[in-house]
Amino acid sequence: MNRFAALLDRLAYEPRRNAKLRLMTEFFRVTADPERGYALAALTGALSFAGAKPGLIRRLITERTDRVLFALSYDYVGDLSETVALMWPQGRTGHNRPPAPTLAEVVEALSATLKPDLPPLLAGWLDALDETGRWALLKLITGALRIGVSARLAKAAVADLGGLAVNEVEEVWHGLEPPYVALFAWVEGRGPRPQASDPAPFRPPMLAHPLDEEDFAALAPSEFAAEWKWDGIRVQAVKARRTDGRAVARLYSRTGEEISAAFPDLVQALIDDEAFWGAIDGELLVLRDGRVQSFNVLQQRLNRKAVTPKLLVDFPAHIRAYDLLADGESDLRPLPFAERRQRLEEFVRRLASHRVDLSPLIPFVDWAALASARAEPASAGAVTDAEAVEGCMLKRLDSPYVPGRPKGLWFKWKRDPFAVDAVLMYAQRGHGKRSSFYSDYTFGVWRDGEGGDELVPVGKAYFGFTDEELKALDLFVRNHTVNRFGPVREIAHEPDRGLVLEVAFEGLQRSARHKSGLAMRFPRISRIRWDKPPRDADRIDLLETMLARIEAGRAARPRAAERE
Amino acid sequence: MRPADILTLTPAGLFCPPGDFHVDPVRPVARALITHGHSDHARAGHGAVLATAETLGIMGVRYGEAFAGSTQIATYGEPIALGPVRVTFVPAGHVLGSAQIIIEAGPTRIVVSGDYKRAPDPTCRAFEPVSCDVFITEATFGLPVFRHPAPGAEIAKLLQSVALFPEQAHLVGAYPLGKAQRLIALIRETGYERPIYVHGAMERLTDYYVAQSVQLGDIRLVRAEGRAALGGAIVICPPGALQDLWARRFPDPVAAFASGWMRVRARARQRGVELPLVVSDHADWDDLCTTIVETGAEEVWVTHGQEDALVHWCLLNGIKARPLHMLGYGDEDATEAPPAASGQAGGLDSTPAVQVATGRVPGPGRPREGEPSP
Repeated sequence: MNRFAALLDRLAYEPRRNAKLRLMTEFFRVTADPERGYALAALTGALSFAGAKPGLIRRLITERTDRVLFALSYDYVGDLSETVALMWPQGRTGHNRPPAPTLAEVVEALSATLKPDLPPLLAGWLDALDETGRWALLKLITGALRIGVSARLAKAAVADLGGLAVNEVEEVWHGLEPPYVALFAWVEGRGPRPQASDPAPFRPPMLAHPLDEEDFAALAPSEFAAEWKWDGIRVQAVKARRTDGRAVARLYSRTGEEISAAFPDLVQALIDDEAFWGAIDGELLVLRDGRVQSFNVLQQRLNRKAVTPKLLVDFPAHIRAYDLLADGESDLRPLPFAERRQRLEEFVRRLASHRVDLSPLIPFVDWAALASARAEPASAGAVTDAEAVEGCMLKRLDSPYVPGRPKGLWFKWKRDPFAVDAVLMYAQRGHGKRSSFYSDYTFGVWRDGEGGDELVPVGKAYFGFTDEELKALDLFVRNHTVNRFGPVREIAHEPDRGLVLEVAFEGLQRSARHKSGLAMRFPRISRIRWDKPPRDADRIDLLETMLARIEAGRAARPRAAERE
Repeated sequence: MRPADILTLTPAGLFCPPGDFHVDPVRPVARALITHGHSDHARAGHGAVLATAETLGIMGVRYGEAFAGSTQIATYGEPIALGPVRVTFVPAGHVLGSAQIIIEAGPTRIVVSGDYKRAPDPTCRAFEPVSCDVFITEATFGLPVFRHPAPGAEIAKLLQSVALFPEQAHLVGAYPLGKAQRLIALIRETGYERPIYVHGAMERLTDYYVAQSVQLGDIRLVRAEGRAALGGAIVICPPGALQDLWARRFPDPVAAFASGWMRVRARARQRGVELPLVVSDHADWDDLCTTIVETGAEEVWVTHGQEDALVHWCLLNGIKARPLHMLGYGDEDATEAPPAASGQAGGLDSTPAVQVATGRVPGPGRPREGEPSP
């Protein structure tokens, strides 16, 4: 456990991807089985401990410390595991201290321990470990390492151990189990290649780079195809035959997580469709009467824990396909996009199910034409689905399907967001990277009140600013606090005293939950208007106008900067 | 007299009406008593200043000799009468010359502790607990998550890294007054005799420490050597310089940072620190609590920092306590402008102030004492 804790500690502070990779590869090189295998499982998120819930950890700490002091500390540190690791009463030291457990012991003991026996086991380990060890243990069992290492990076570190490419490890990954003894043996040249036992494996997706207006000069329109960028979730749908001849269909998220259980309607449709054999890359969307619903609607399905028959009827899931990775048994990924696209069109045409359709290409002759299509998707082919379009995708016609985010092949060109100037009203401390800084901001706009103009809160944002700006905002909050309600600070917000924030957001809808009757989608601070007095911030009428336009299906998007 | 008659809160800070003086005022006043030389406590422009000789010396280095109308030296342990009250300066263990100030009026005794620590520091006199009726304390690290480890263990972490990566320059961000010199002294205590390099912004304050007979060994300026030649060296610089262009010219630099905030991971990550060293010049949670008990105070006033938790702890332990919510004092939270920014040439190596580069510095906050920021 100590060596693993030290690795996590180093990784947590190491910003450079290559250095992280080296640290992990070195760890795998010097650490024996099964310890390293369990570490790999932890790093790739393959371990889960059902009994060790944050609630249990909270209970252990509140039995040992004052409730209020714990609450204040947690509010400050912003991370449960770390707060507990730091606050845990110092145990015995020296010879009387029990030996720290190994990672393998922890993993094996946790899977063999019944829930009632868990608290004393965990408390014993916490007594035996130091601050870093406690932190690592708690991170591990709550399943929230958050050390900036993706599953893919950890697999890349394993691949580096034997000079392999990460995709070679990725290809055999599904079907392997911790502690991955056979995988390490293969990578180190001591054993055969593990057989990928899953006939319907996940294939790492190809990702796009964001694009700005000025980047277009370097790109030739004739070399690209354009598609709508749908505001859903990226999925991979795979169907193949098992050795016993039965069909297996799976749905994966873009990170390789299997999400079939959440979409039984879709998976059944794939199973039933005799023409569907292969793997498609596409967007999961909710369609009603053939119309794509907004992300807000999709979210209502995603947020449910139980998949009820009513949910399946009210929120029917579909896939809008934009790439074909495997056609039957054959791997199409090395083929150029244009060829895969043709195969995809034929593939979708053969399907009986209406659950899978084709994401159309956007015809364009030059970038100006594409720009106007992006500005008005409704009149450029997206028709009634325009609301679910969040921009365009550009794909080089000759691009093979390369896992990861290769340079120069695919681009995403998002639509401009909405923006308003709002006044900072309340602030709260953040979590994670922003912990201990006042980084969650509630902001409001002006409206007519009984006693004249008043500010009404319209949303909350906690990102969009740089670290330097966060420092300034934090200082502003501390120095302009007029009231405290528990963790919330009320900030001076008067016509001549306060701070104006330009808030950008992706959409707007009516909401009974908010005092203003409006809710923003994906709001973030786009600029801090140190120069602007609060009296000049926007009024609720502007948001009402934007909402009316959205409801009328028009795409006109006034921006704060252009209005004045 | 009730304690509240002896010491009140004004916009300039703590004020003693019977003695007609302020303690560590944040704006210019007629008469100021200064606990220590950090710039949020010791500001220029007061009429008369009473402080220890070292604090006056530090203010002279930072602001020029004409930083106040007149100055008077306070000697540790020697009472001075100011009208009907008596004031006595007692070591606070924070930085060179730092003091707590005992204010006595009749039978009532109030101690303004300024910033203080209980951990060992070879560069200044150790904190002396004083029994009193009212103890006025800071609470920079006033949360039970802040337990500073022994400074020796943190210095060992630094030296291990230097041994492990002998080709890399180890840049240690440290507050230029006090922390920088203490780190050097702590490193020397381990027997490390190689030259230690300092950023130009620390030159004058480090010289002042050496002039006061603080033993720091072979100290050299970075600019005298050239950054490219400093692979394997320990370099002490202001925290802000770590992210600067300045830092990139060193051979494969390792960014270390010595601060009590390094106990919280997010804080270290926010600054891009690769080697966090938990070394602080402030009392940690355990020491704050111990000190309050040792003073035997019936009442505790908390000036700045994480006051809520400390006030709660006092109440749990049957001690009256209230937060003063004082503004304008640092909590090791913002990067202070190095002396160069206050008109003292720091030489070619000096970094510009790392204050926020927005058109307007928000609120009454000036560049504050202290260390990290995101």
